[in-house]
Amino acid sequence: MSDLDQSIPNLVERFPEAVSADTRPGYSGFIVAPGLFIQVVWALRDEFGYDYLSSITAVDYLPEDCIEIVYHLYRSIGGPALVLKIKTSRADSAVPSLVNLYPGAELQEREVWDLLGVQFTGHPDLRRILTWEGFAGHPLRKDWHEPFFEEDVKPYKSRWPEGQPRRIEDQNPYHNNLAYPLGFDPESWAPDGDESLYRTLTRGTGQNGLRTDQMIVNLGPQHPSTHGVFRIAALLDGETVVDLKPVMGYLHRNHEKIGERNTFLQNMPFTDRLDYINSMSNNFGYALTVERLMGIRPTERAEYLRVIMAELTRVLNHLFAVGFLLNDLGAFFTPMIYVIEERELILDIFEAVSGSRMMCNYFRFGGVSRDLPEGIEQKIHNLVFDRLPRKIEELDAYLTNNEIVRARCEGIGVLTAEQAVALSVSGPVLRASGVPYDIRRADPYSIYDRFDFNVCVRYHGDIYDRYLIRLDEARQSLRILEQALKDMPEGPILAGKPQHTVRVPAGEAYGRVESPKGELGFYVVSNGKPNPWRYHVRAPSFVNLTALAPMSRGGKIADVVTVLGSIDIVLGEVDR
Amino acid sequence: MKIHGTGIVRGLWVTFKHFITTYIEDLRRGPRFYNTPAGIEKRRSSDTTGIFTVQYPEEKLPVPEEFRYLPFLVYDENTDGSRAVRCTACGICSKVCPPQCISIVRSSDPATGKPVASPAEFYIDVDICMNCGFCAEFCPFDAIRMDHDYEVASVDRMAHHIFDLNRLLKPASYYASIRPTNAAREDEARAAKAAAKKPSAETAA
Repeated sequence: MSDLDQSIPNLVERFPEAVSADTRPGYSGFIVAPGLFIQVVWALRDEFGYDYLSSITAVDYLPEDCIEIVYHLYRSIGGPALVLKIKTSRADSAVPSLVNLYPGAELQEREVWDLLGVQFTGHPDLRRILTWEGFAGHPLRKDWHEPFFEEDVKPYKSRWPEGQPRRIEDQNPYHNNLAYPLGFDPESWAPDGDESLYRTLTRGTGQNGLRTDQMIVNLGPQHPSTHGVFRIAALLDGETVVDLKPVMGYLHRNHEKIGERNTFLQNMPFTDRLDYINSMSNNFGYALTVERLMGIRPTERAEYLRVIMAELTRVLNHLFAVGFLLNDLGAFFTPMIYVIEERELILDIFEAVSGSRMMCNYFRFGGVSRDLPEGIEQKIHNLVFDRLPRKIEELDAYLTNNEIVRARCEGIGVLTAEQAVALSVSGPVLRASGVPYDIRRADPYSIYDRFDFNVCVRYHGDIYDRYLIRLDEARQSLRILEQALKDMPEGPILAGKPQHTVRVPAGEAYGRVESPKGELGFYVVSNGKPNPWRYHVRAPSFVNLTALAPMSRGGKIADVVTVLGSIDIVLGEVDR
Repeated sequence: MKIHGTGIVRGLWVTFKHFITTYIEDLRRGPRFYNTPAGIEKRRSSDTTGIFTVQYPEEKLPVPEEFRYLPFLVYDENTDGSRAVRCTACGICSKVCPPQCISIVRSSDPATGKPVASPAEFYIDVDICMNCGFCAEFCPFDAIRMDHDYEVASVDRMAHHIFDLNRLLKPASYYASIRPTNAAREDEARAAKAAAKKPSAETAA
């Protein structure tokens, strides 16, 4: 790592007329003029090596009457972020789209358009993505109020000292609880959303010069292979996939709007519900971000507890992902049940430590909520040193050389390294394509720089490698766990006193962790009040779905299911 | 690629072993493997083999002490049998609650109209509660705690799912039975605090 150039290039010197440094206290990065934005980003990508566009989001600064679009760029060889910002007016907001430079921007730009109403000029398919076509307004704008709106921020005054419980459905009866855009009549509305969706599919030329009929098949939203409520509109030529589009948002609840109503701490249990398989990793990312804003560090023992929980989560998630992949291949539930046994044992530990199996809510700012109860350390010890290594080897012997698995997975759904980086893919999917990029090494957080482990990488970029890399990573997680269990010191688990209302100075922070699914990022803006002004989640499953179409094109429709299984998505996180 | 089938056979051998082990373990352990706490504990230990599942509701997994489900209010039993509700209606739980499901009406003195440190009404909308445990974590009076009872299904949510004081109050002895170490630690801390307060009150007087 040390020989790499980690410095941030001096963009102001290179583009004096277009770039200025962001000098607001608590902020960092560069503010770019919209006119020269494409040139600046182009130079960053091709001259300075910022080839990985991690996150795009926007902040509605209502008092200043402007919207700021925030980009986080990285080098795929590692190092810290370069933050770019463009300001645009709220009334008529438009910025150039980056889809041509970074194809991975596609879904995130659509999300910003949908939730904040920023036009991306040049985007090939700027439709709503998480909400539906009949939705009124852009919900993350600060002056947008939800139908059950009570107050801008929690805690609500109506709960104490004169708190009478009121049911939402009594205050806002059915039929009366929705707002529509001007001129929108739900009774006479005929959905054309599907037509505009199908128009975006690229029709092929037919096979062997024959003009063949192409048809559209919808997988889902109600389909067991989609891992939840997720839809794929696929254009087929026979059984071959010509093009496809992922359709999502069926589980959308505007997690980010809820997050901006909440106080900082109140968001912690909500992050559990993002990727509900890995609540510990979600807690980790959020705690890290807010701690960065507050300028505090967790205690030594808390750091170790965090790493232990996060790595147990990774083992659990990767076993689960392999089980589900085999489900998708048609090995219905036997491998799944085997891995669920191990998952149960890990969840037992989470339950004893945090109080809940899946919604752990374990991390606090500056530490964790409680120490290990008696006997649990021995249990973790037994799992890490004895049972889990044995079971991972058993799974390996069980599946890896199975000819059907290999025939269905080898050479299918290939994603090259260049494609993977350009599409902003992260996590095991990126590393299975030959890019050794792991945030625990590339941009270390917490105490990961103390542990000896390998960044797993495989080079074929097919489904089989994405399966193998999950086993590799589970083994590496066990290595980290062994070291963490040996080195864990005694001591306090929380820096300072437990606080329910934390003081967070004004500023911005982007914290990211290597969650089992990929790069989980939180972008939080504070204005010094008890509630975050902006709370954004860069969900790995959501961004990784950009790669679904490139991986599936030219393959068979049956393989789309397996490709999706090999990305390993959780809809709680995709739809947010 | 040619399919010889050796990989499949080797994989199926793993399945076969799992299958056979189930019966061997069953025969070896006999009936005491089922419906006994020791048997359930064995099935969830890290060296378990064979049958893994627990036959709910005949068998139930014991929940760990930290397990949290819905909140309840703790009261102490006075020697004359009356209830001393620990809650002072300070409102911290309702402020810290992420989904804002706790509503409290503070008591007031009927003569002066000044607020009194006890709740007149206390409601928790359990449909909204997300079981996060913040209310218990930040309660300064050890008055609200998370319950272990997870079997709370009812047939009519409109009638039963807003818990009132009556439904929420449970004795301190119940709390000590579900969370013995926590209760003991908190009792000790409260006793120490009361002891520290007394002399200072005397000097002030």
